[in-house]
Amino acid sequence: MTEYIVRRILQAMLVLLVMTVLVFFGVNVVGNPVYIFASSECDQPCLERIISDLGLDKPIWEQYLVFMGNLFQGDLGNSFTHGIPAMELIFYRLPATLELAFMALVLALVIGLPLGMYAGLRPNSFISRCIMGFSMISFSVPVFWIGLIMILVFSVQLGWMPAVGRGDTVEVLGANVSFLTLDGLRHLLMPAFTLSLIMMSMVIRLTRAGMREVLYADYIKFARANGIRESRILTLHVMKNILIPIVTVLGMEFGGVIAFAVVVESIFSWPGVGKMLIDAIAVLDRPLIVAYLILVVFMFVVLNLLVDILYSTLDPRVRLGGASS
Amino acid sequence: MKHWTSGLLAAALVAATPALGQDVLTIGVRTEAASLDPHWTQLSGDTQVQEHIFDRLVALDNTSQIQPGLAVSWEALDETTWEFKLREDVTWHDGEPFTAEDVAFTYDRLRAGISGAPASPAFQLEKGSKQWEVIDDYTLHITTDGPYPTVAEDLAMLPIVAEHAARGVTASVDFNSGQAAIGTGPFMFEEFSPGDRVTVKKNPNWWGGEVEWDQVVFRPVGEDAARLAALLNGDVDMIDYPPTIDLPQLRDNADFTVSSIPADRLIYMMPSYRHVEEFITDNDGNVMVPNPLRDWRVRKALSLAINREAISERVMGGASLPAKNIVPPGFFGYVDGLEADPYDPEQAQALLAEAGYGDGFRMTIHGPNDRYINDARILEAVAQMWSRIGITTEVDAMPRNIFFSRLIRGDELTMPGFDVPEFSMSMTGWGTVAGEATYTVSGTLETYNAATGGGNGNFGRYSNPVIDARSVLAKRTIDRDARLALLQEAVQIGMEDYAYIPIHFQVNNWAMSSDLVHNPRTNERTLAVDVSRAE
Repeated sequence: MTEYIVRRILQAMLVLLVMTVLVFFGVNVVGNPVYIFASSECDQPCLERIISDLGLDKPIWEQYLVFMGNLFQGDLGNSFTHGIPAMELIFYRLPATLELAFMALVLALVIGLPLGMYAGLRPNSFISRCIMGFSMISFSVPVFWIGLIMILVFSVQLGWMPAVGRGDTVEVLGANVSFLTLDGLRHLLMPAFTLSLIMMSMVIRLTRAGMREVLYADYIKFARANGIRESRILTLHVMKNILIPIVTVLGMEFGGVIAFAVVVESIFSWPGVGKMLIDAIAVLDRPLIVAYLILVVFMFVVLNLLVDILYSTLDPRVRLGGASS
Repeated sequence: MKHWTSGLLAAALVAATPALGQDVLTIGVRTEAASLDPHWTQLSGDTQVQEHIFDRLVALDNTSQIQPGLAVSWEALDETTWEFKLREDVTWHDGEPFTAEDVAFTYDRLRAGISGAPASPAFQLEKGSKQWEVIDDYTLHITTDGPYPTVAEDLAMLPIVAEHAARGVTASVDFNSGQAAIGTGPFMFEEFSPGDRVTVKKNPNWWGGEVEWDQVVFRPVGEDAARLAALLNGDVDMIDYPPTIDLPQLRDNADFTVSSIPADRLIYMMPSYRHVEEFITDNDGNVMVPNPLRDWRVRKALSLAINREAISERVMGGASLPAKNIVPPGFFGYVDGLEADPYDPEQAQALLAEAGYGDGFRMTIHGPNDRYINDARILEAVAQMWSRIGITTEVDAMPRNIFFSRLIRGDELTMPGFDVPEFSMSMTGWGTVAGEATYTVSGTLETYNAATGGGNGNFGRYSNPVIDARSVLAKRTIDRDARLALLQEAVQIGMEDYAYIPIHFQVNNWAMSSDLVHNPRTNERTLAVDVSRAE
C-alpha cells in the first residue's frame, strides 16, 4: 500500500517536471514580449535594456534553471504587465472564476434535473420535445454567440440585467464573493447561465436516459407493486440510481467548465483567471501564462493522485494491477 | 439590433440615478490597466489611467502640442542647456509641497533602471543624453550632449512621482496598492481591482482648476459588442473604441453622442527593399531578382491601386482619414497640399507595364489582426485591390504577439542568425505621440542605424541619403522654422519616392450618453478632464 502511494507520488512529480519543461519552453518560443511592450521610439540600447530587465538576455535553458530554482522556493515569478507576483494575482482572481463555475453547476442541476425527469416521464409530449430541442440547441450553438444574444436581449432590450462585470462583493474567508449581495447576483446570473448551458443540456439528456432505463427496472415495478407512492418512487428510488452517472460526468465536466469560463469571462468582462489568461497571452506576459498553466497542471495531477489513492484503498485490484505492470 | 432603442428608456432611468449625490463618471475601456506605476510600461491602457493621477513637466493639449504642465515655462539658455521654471503652488495628493527635487528623483529613478519593468520610458532621457541639475526649488536645468530641440516633447512623456512617497518602494506593487500612487494630477487613487475596475476621486487642490467629477471609474470591457451593450444599458456612461460598424446607428440615436478625432496613428503599407524577397514571386512561383518593390514605379502603382475612400467608407465606417502625410493635420511637420493618392487603377497598370511587370507577380502581405482598428479587414481590402491590377496578393494576418516579433526580428527565437525583418510587405502603424514629426521622420524614413537609433521603425530598410541628411540635421536644429522646413522636405521627398505607402490616419471614436460632452485627443487617451456634463 505505502509502496504503491510512494510510487504514484513519484510518478506525479515526474509528470509535473515534464510539464514545467513543456510549458516553459512552449511559451518561450512564441513571439518576443519585448516588441509588444517597447515603444516604437525605443532604439537598440533601449531594447537591450528591456531584454536584460526581463531576464531574457540569458540562454533559454539558463532561464529555465532560474525559473525552477525559484519554483522550489514557491516563487513563480512576477507578471510582466502587473509587476506583482503571478501567484498573488492568480489567487486574487481565482475566486471569481470558481464562483462562476459553481454557480453554473448549481444552475445546471437545479434547472436540468427537473426538465430531464419530465422529459423522461413523458417522452412523447410536446413539452418534452421542446426540452430536448432546447438541450440540443444549447449544446450545439457556440457559447460566445449565446452570451452576446443574452446581453442584447436582457441588458440592452429589456434592461433587466447589467451587461458586464462583477457586482458588489463581500469578503468571506479572505476571498471576495459576489453571490451574497443582490447586485452581485444580478451580475452573476447571465454569465453563470451561459456557462451552465452545456452542462445543463448534458444533465437533461443523462437524466432523461436514466429515467427511461430505471423506470422499467424490476425494483421500480416491485416498488409500485408494494404500493409506494409514485412521488416517493421518483424522488428516492429513481433519483438515487440516475444520479450516479450524472455525478460522474459532471465531475469530469467541471474542469472543462473552468476552461470554457475563458470565453464567458471575456464576453461578460468577468474579472476571473480566464480573462486574465487571455489578456496575458495577448501581450505575452510569460511569467503569468507559465504560472497559471503550472498551477492548472498541479491541480489536475494532485486530483488524479488523490483519486488513484482512493481507488486503491477501495479496490485492491488496482494496487495489484499496478504492481504487475 | 435595429430595435435596441426601445429598451433604452428604462436603462436611461437606471443610469440617471445619482450615487450618494456624487457626480460619478464610469468609463468602459477596451484595455485593462495592469499597473499604476507610471514608469512600468508604456501600454496605453496603463498610461491613460496613470495620467489622471500623475502630471508631467510638460503637458500635451488635445492635439498633442506641448503646453505648460508642472513646468510653467522653459527656454534654451544656449544650444545644450534648457531652463525649466516649475509651478510654485503645487502640492502632492497627501499635502506635501512639490519641488524640483521630486523631478530629479523621478529622472534618477528612471535612469537607475526599474528592475523587472517591461518598458520604462527611460529612453526618453537617453535621447540627447540628458543630464539634470536642480538650481533651486523651482528651477531645473537640463543639459544635452549636443544641440537637441525636442527636450520639452520628450519630458512630456515622463510622469513625475513624489520623492517622499516613492523612494525605496517596490516598483509597481506599492503603486498598485495605492501607497506610492501619490501624484499631483486632477484625480487621486481610490481603488484598484485588477480586471474589474480602477477608481479615482477628485483632487480638490489641483493646480489646473476645478475638477468636474467627484469620482471616475474605469471598467475594462475587452469585447467590443459587450462594451457597446454596457453603454446602451447604462452600465457605463462612456466607452472608447465603439465598433465602427455601429457608428451610424449611434449617431442617429438621440440618447447617445459620438466624439471623433483623427488620431496621430498612421496606418501604412511598408515595402521591403532587400534584393530578394521571400514573399514575392513571379506568376510561376519563382523568386524574382531584383525585388520589384525596389522600383519606385511599382510602389506608386501599388499606392494608386488602393481605393482609400472605399476603405474609409466600407471597412472603417467612415472612421479614417485617407493620407499621404505622415503626421495628422495640426501637427508640427504636416505638409500642406500633400494629398492622399487618388484611386487610379489604369495608371497603376500602365506604371507596372512601364516598369516591366505588365504581367503582374505574386505577393504575400502580412499584418496584425488584433492591434489596429479593423486591421485584418483593411489588409484583405488592400489585397483585393492589388490583385485587381494583376499583382496576385495573399493575406497572412496574425495576432500582434507574433506579428511584431517577426516583423522586427524575423525568426531570431527559433533560428539563431535569422534576426532580420522577415516580411516583404506588411501593414503597420506609427503613432506620433509627441505631436511633432522629428522622430516620425527619423524612425520611419531614415536609414536603419542601430547605433544612432535612426530608422528605428524602418523595417523595410528603406535608405535614401537625401532624407538622411535632412533628418539627422533636423534632430540637431533648435530653431523651429528651420527644423520644420527640413522635416517637410524630408517627408515630401520620402512620399514622392513612395518610401512606404500611407493608407490613412485612424479616426478614433468615443460613444457616450448624450448628456456628456467630450473633447477628444489625438493620442487616443480617454481622460476624464476632457469630459463634462452638457449644459
